[in-house]
Amino acid sequence: MAEQLNSMLSLRGLTRRFGGLTAVNAIDLDLAKGELVSIIGPNGAGKTTLFNLVTGLDRPDAGTVHFEGQDITGLSPERLAAEGIARTFQLGRVFGNLSVMDNVLIGAHTRLRAVKPAVPVIGPLLELGLALLRPASVKAEEERLREEVKIILARFGERLLPRIDQPAYSLSYANRRRVEIARALALKPRLLLLDEPTAGMNPTETAEMQALVAELKAEGLTILLIEHKLEMVMRLSDRVIVMDEGKKIAEGSGEQVRSDPKVIEAYLGHGLSGSSEQESAA
Amino acid sequence: MSSWLDYTINGLIVGNVYALVAVGLALIFGVSRLINFAQGSIYLVGAYIGWVAVVQLHTPLPLTIIVVAVAAAIVGLIIERFGLRPLQNSVRIAPLLATIGISFVLDQLVMLTFSPNPRALPSQLPDVRFQVGGGTIGPLDLLIAGVGLTSALLLFVFLRYSKLGWAVRAASQDRDAAMQMGVDVNRVNQAVFGIAAALGGVSGMLVGMYYNQIDTAMSLQATLKGVVAEVVGGAGNVPGAVIGSLLLGLVESYGVAVFGTSYRNLFAFLLLVVVLVLRPNGLFASARQAPPEPLTGTFIAPSRPVRIPRWALAVAAAGFAVLPLFPVSFYVLQTLINAWLLGMLALSLTLVAGTIGQVSLGHAALLAIGAYTSALLSLTFNVPVGLAIIGGGLMCAALGTLLISPSFRLRGHYVSIATLAIGEIVSLVILNWESVTRGPIGISGIPPLSLFGTDLISPTSIYWFSFAVMVVLALLQGRLLTSHLGRSFRAIRDDDVAARAYGLSLNRYKSLAFIFGGFAAGISGGIAAHLYSYINHETFNTQQSILALTVVILGGLGNVVGAILGAVALVGLPEVFRIAAEYRILIYGIVLLLLVRFRPQGLLGTM
Repeated sequence: MAEQLNSMLSLRGLTRRFGGLTAVNAIDLDLAKGELVSIIGPNGAGKTTLFNLVTGLDRPDAGTVHFEGQDITGLSPERLAAEGIARTFQLGRVFGNLSVMDNVLIGAHTRLRAVKPAVPVIGPLLELGLALLRPASVKAEEERLREEVKIILARFGERLLPRIDQPAYSLSYANRRRVEIARALALKPRLLLLDEPTAGMNPTETAEMQALVAELKAEGLTILLIEHKLEMVMRLSDRVIVMDEGKKIAEGSGEQVRSDPKVIEAYLGHGLSGSSEQESAA
Repeated sequence: MSSWLDYTINGLIVGNVYALVAVGLALIFGVSRLINFAQGSIYLVGAYIGWVAVVQLHTPLPLTIIVVAVAAAIVGLIIERFGLRPLQNSVRIAPLLATIGISFVLDQLVMLTFSPNPRALPSQLPDVRFQVGGGTIGPLDLLIAGVGLTSALLLFVFLRYSKLGWAVRAASQDRDAAMQMGVDVNRVNQAVFGIAAALGGVSGMLVGMYYNQIDTAMSLQATLKGVVAEVVGGAGNVPGAVIGSLLLGLVESYGVAVFGTSYRNLFAFLLLVVVLVLRPNGLFASARQAPPEPLTGTFIAPSRPVRIPRWALAVAAAGFAVLPLFPVSFYVLQTLINAWLLGMLALSLTLVAGTIGQVSLGHAALLAIGAYTSALLSLTFNVPVGLAIIGGGLMCAALGTLLISPSFRLRGHYVSIATLAIGEIVSLVILNWESVTRGPIGISGIPPLSLFGTDLISPTSIYWFSFAVMVVLALLQGRLLTSHLGRSFRAIRDDDVAARAYGLSLNRYKSLAFIFGGFAAGISGGIAAHLYSYINHETFNTQQSILALTVVILGGLGNVVGAILGAVALVGLPEVFRIAAEYRILIYGIVLLLLVRFRPQGLLGTM
């Protein structure tokens, strides 16, 4: 239990079955504060399912998830977001009809205080009333968050700021991924899960994204990263975990993992996966 | 005890009929993930074709069955080819809306051709009953059972042993993979729609013979029952649909035995809501499924809303406000009063269906709650009418939200089914709860609109009152949309999974949307009650729910100005062109179909 106290995130025996298929099979994982751990593996290895289990979008059949020492197994995603866990999605799930600004503001939803008084039972009604009346405190909070969004968007240079009022569906694929990451940052996460942030990006864009993730890591953010681009994984990761058919088959530094015969077999045996293919949720 | 056996036999026979409808729905759902709301209309068409064959052409029974099956199958093929195939690459909501529009058009065509009066459909079978154990069974029961079993056997052989049947099963397991393996999905769709329609048509004919009566109200009931059976058995699960149908037949039959016939449908819809809440994937669904795929940008058409400058809106509002000062006829004012009432309902629906994406097909139930509350408050408790209407709005916000809350955890097309069923439940409770609602007699002598003790009787004052209330509601809703709630609602509509991952509780925000929208709908219903002075359980019916939905789509989902524009257009244009009342519903259906096909984002665009 001692190691669980020191770690930010700790998975024990995490398992998820879909019918006859065990998508995630008894995974143990520890993530220390400020650490960046990458999960790699062939398509269908269960990486995204693992993310879903950690973020509450799916419930495990067995095993536990601890976050900062608290058992969070099976909690709802909205609770976990409030605890400070933010994620991006593999297929880029931006809110298509919302502007870039509104997309990122949704990321800050769990930080709304003035407009969401923590009052039991009638809290939602107060929220409705405050949204309509908009006293000074609510206006100020909204204004503050809008300024913050602009600062977050500025991290992406001129990619997003000029498009701040455009609906997200009109953005390029790469820009949608950037919006997702901006949305995650607006939550002020304590743990950030990135699911293939560079999927579908060209080398220049990938380099930009890599620099951004390195920056976030330098700022002390704890990050769990799923990525197919091995070069990026090797550069950024403190540790690498390799999954295949739901199981963890190797763990260690980039170099250790790269030379592990089990890893090589997993990749060659399944056919080396490309960099941007989609992986089925199972 | 003998009667129990009778009720069991009756339940199984009725269940057999439902199975014919439900199996078709399950086949279609399996292949195209679509709940075909037009299935009941095909059932209706089948019943009337059967009537023409039996009564006018005097065909023998076997030939009648074949004629009905073939004719219904042709209708099914036409629906597939011209109604749905053009929508294959369109947003997910489009085919659902299209089948609703098709259903309206078909029902109205049947009604216009044959008149809405019920007709007798003789069964052509000898009227004898055989003793079986303690109960009795007639030749028609045996015919229905026989048709049911034969159809099941034929379907099994088709799905199991024919090449096209394999293709159907493959497409329903994984449509994309089947396409890549060379399965012609269009042919599969044709086959499925043809079979579903043939089964549905024969079913309608058999039911007509069973009760020796057919009328145009059969359509919606059949769709609802079929959907209930299908969902109970698990959407897309063909054997499940059969078992769900038999179960539904038995539940209804025993329910009728204990409580009486007016409770029949109540049991069906309660069963549906219970199953949707407890086992949304049906009674026989396997273990938990993988989390749902994103619906982002696929459920509702993305579009840039048309921005109308504020001054233009202010000018338009001022124009409508001063209209009664000019010499306009009573008829024009009356038409616009209807438009303002429909506008309030559309504001409500555009918020829940458009802004937060819960496409409600039972919205008229909210009108009914507001109307009954306001009428009873003013009649029974002598509450001043102005306050009673507000009471209706509040009651509707609270009760409506509570009633609809079982649908909050559902997605996409299931929401529409659940809200449709909840709407029917409200209407049935009003019918049966006589001590409060006065049951089928309805409430008469509702006091006229009044404000601060002054009755509003003149058309001008009613016009101003309803217009002012609608404008206030529209302004409030506009303000809501620019708040953090506006973006939260829209985020939930665009992708509820991502929204939850960012801390948005679906129950909380869907409740807030229905509370706000329920208030507007309740106010509209309350005003209507005092205008009509008489209401009953049929005053606010499904046709109004669909009309409101058409208005909302016409204006643009979630679009406040669009909702009002749509209401004025749909109420006003038929008046301008002096279209006879019986053709109006037909035109609304056609408008809905054309919109879905050619301008799914509506006139002013999705917000």
